[in-house]
Amino acid sequence: MGKSLFDKIWDKHVVKSIPDGPEVLYIDCHLIHEVTSPQAFKGIENRGVSLFRPKQILATADHNVPTLNQHLPIKDELSRKQVQMLSDNCARHGVELYGLGHRYQGIVHVIGPELGVTQPGMTMVCGDSHTSTHGAFGAIAFGIGTSEVEMVFASQCLLQSHPKLMRISVEGELSKGVVAKDIILYIIAQLTSGGATGYFVEFAGSAIRALSMEARMTICNMSIEMGARGGMIAPDETTFAYMKGRPFAPQGTEWDRKVAEWKELYSDGDAIFDEEIFIDAAAIEPMITYGTNPGLGIGVTGSVPALDKVPDENEKKVIAKALQYMGLEAGKPLLDMPVQHVFIGSCTNSRIEDLRMVAGVIKGRHKHDGVNVMIVPGSQQVAAQIVEEGLDKVFEAAGFVIRQAGCSACLGMNEDKVPAGEYCVSTSNRNFEGRQGAGARTLLASPLTAAAAALTGKVTDVRELI
Amino acid sequence: MKAFTTISSRIVPLPIENVDTDQIIPARFLKATTKEGFGENLFRDWRYDASGAPVRDFILNNPLYEGQILVAGKNFGCGSSREHAAWSIADYGFKVVVSSFFADIFRNNALNNGLLPVVVTDAFLQKLLNLDRMDTVTVDLAAQTITIDGTGEQEGFAINGYKKTCLLNGYDDIDYLLSIRPEIETYEQSRK
Ligand code: SF4
Repeated sequence: MGKSLFDKIWDKHVVKSIPDGPEVLYIDCHLIHEVTSPQAFKGIENRGVSLFRPKQILATADHNVPTLNQHLPIKDELSRKQVQMLSDNCARHGVELYGLGHRYQGIVHVIGPELGVTQPGMTMVCGDSHTSTHGAFGAIAFGIGTSEVEMVFASQCLLQSHPKLMRISVEGELSKGVVAKDIILYIIAQLTSGGATGYFVEFAGSAIRALSMEARMTICNMSIEMGARGGMIAPDETTFAYMKGRPFAPQGTEWDRKVAEWKELYSDGDAIFDEEIFIDAAAIEPMITYGTNPGLGIGVTGSVPALDKVPDENEKKVIAKALQYMGLEAGKPLLDMPVQHVFIGSCTNSRIEDLRMVAGVIKGRHKHDGVNVMIVPGSQQVAAQIVEEGLDKVFEAAGFVIRQAGCSACLGMNEDKVPAGEYCVSTSNRNFEGRQGAGARTLLASPLTAAAAALTGKVTDVRELI
Repeated sequence: MKAFTTISSRIVPLPIENVDTDQIIPARFLKATTKEGFGENLFRDWRYDASGAPVRDFILNNPLYEGQILVAGKNFGCGSSREHAAWSIADYGFKVVVSSFFADIFRNNALNNGLLPVVVTDAFLQKLLNLDRMDTVTVDLAAQTITIDGTGEQEGFAINGYKKTCLLNGYDDIDYLLSIRPEIETYEQSRK
């Protein structure tokens, strides 16, 4: 029987199997950041052991950093302490850190790929659920908790049970104004926010193959939002072209050897999945969420569900509660609803291609007066590239404020927050209650739809602007 | 980690589905660098209003309810990987969380902190949520059962054998992984 992409990688990384228990899975690459690592470093130190493979760890500061004036000391005392502790811990344990001010600093899931650290066939983990992003390169990548960070510190291994496997094939061509973010929001709306729990998901099909690496990352990034442990896409020429020449990518003959190896990473024709799902790309519209989990999304021209049309009683309760929080009416369209904020950023959509997309829509136009627009590049390198390509001029002329790299309003740990009761069209990945600040109301959408909202000050069908 | 023993306790019902980690512990409380004290801010934005006053009808503010067993709606713990969610529930004093469905990372995080996630059927969950506040429930990890003491109604629950042994004995995965470092080195050599 053939093997799935997942199993080809998994099987190579099993150190041993524990009878009636999980498997000991070897981790090639461990990414860390300031928020979920301090307790793990402390744990290791309390046990009096050293880090097992510090050279396989890469650190950055992203979750809890300011996005203005990064050259100045961080004002918030707790944040400053947390970021300082990461520097101290990395220095003490010999871990490479791209901290504030470093030209490689940025959101952990943006910098791994752009530095060529993320590679096909790897196992990768990070104390952050969106580690699934790296699966876009054909890696097994998933988020872990702090105890697990400590386990990888101690042994470069984790105890893991083999997940169930799901394949989602998206076939056909996307229509105008529909991008990767819409594909994944559509899939999550179909499957619900818990629909892939217990599964690792492989995305396949002609529409996925046709996507750029940035777009594939957007899709894998949000696979966690339907409960999946991770998402992945088989590597191909698009992957290799993206990786070639990046600082940590293999060079010279080593590169050729690796590419030959990576070309074997695909699901065999007769590989078996526990669940197979087929999606018609042409059926997808620009998407937007109306509720408080990423599964509550609709086409931008659609209406919020009418409660009497929701058959399941529990589901009805979930939606009613969400609408109450969001201040929205059941059965009504979202189109033309005023919004006060637009956030373009996060590990879902803050790469250069995302920002080019935004620039394409707003070029020669100006933002609506009533909207506050935050644009936060995913990394220092993305920020530098914006300037190199002259996109900064486009953003500034449109009245957008460009901030410095970090997670920012994606989770509202720093001062970039949305005030209570106000609406934000956001390119990030979570619309949970209070995610962008206590009482904040988040509408998740693609960079195109976010750009359109910035121009009109309301929920807009971007297809009318392009 | 402390060994897990049988728990008999009243329950705290939270009949809400998709309780995500941002509700369990909002991101702004993740700046701490230790594991302690998170219980204070458990369910912060449901428990306190914007001025910091307790929200009267939220269950944790109702003095009539208390116990070591939290019973919640399906898809509990979805969202972020923050272990702070498990720390806050444990720090508040819960030993068991019962739901009909848990998000993966949360379940692992709970187990790694001696907090037992118990999966029950939807029907049993409804029974638990409808109990009188004085009713007690017993969770027996060794037997893998959850029982409503008053009526004797019972369900079995699944748990990985390895994890069960760890919890019953208070071992943790790190002790185990440290003990097999030589085998891991051999594996590394074999891949070169
Ligand atoms: S941008 Fe948001 S989702 Fe991504 S790593 Fe940062 S906080 Fe997590």
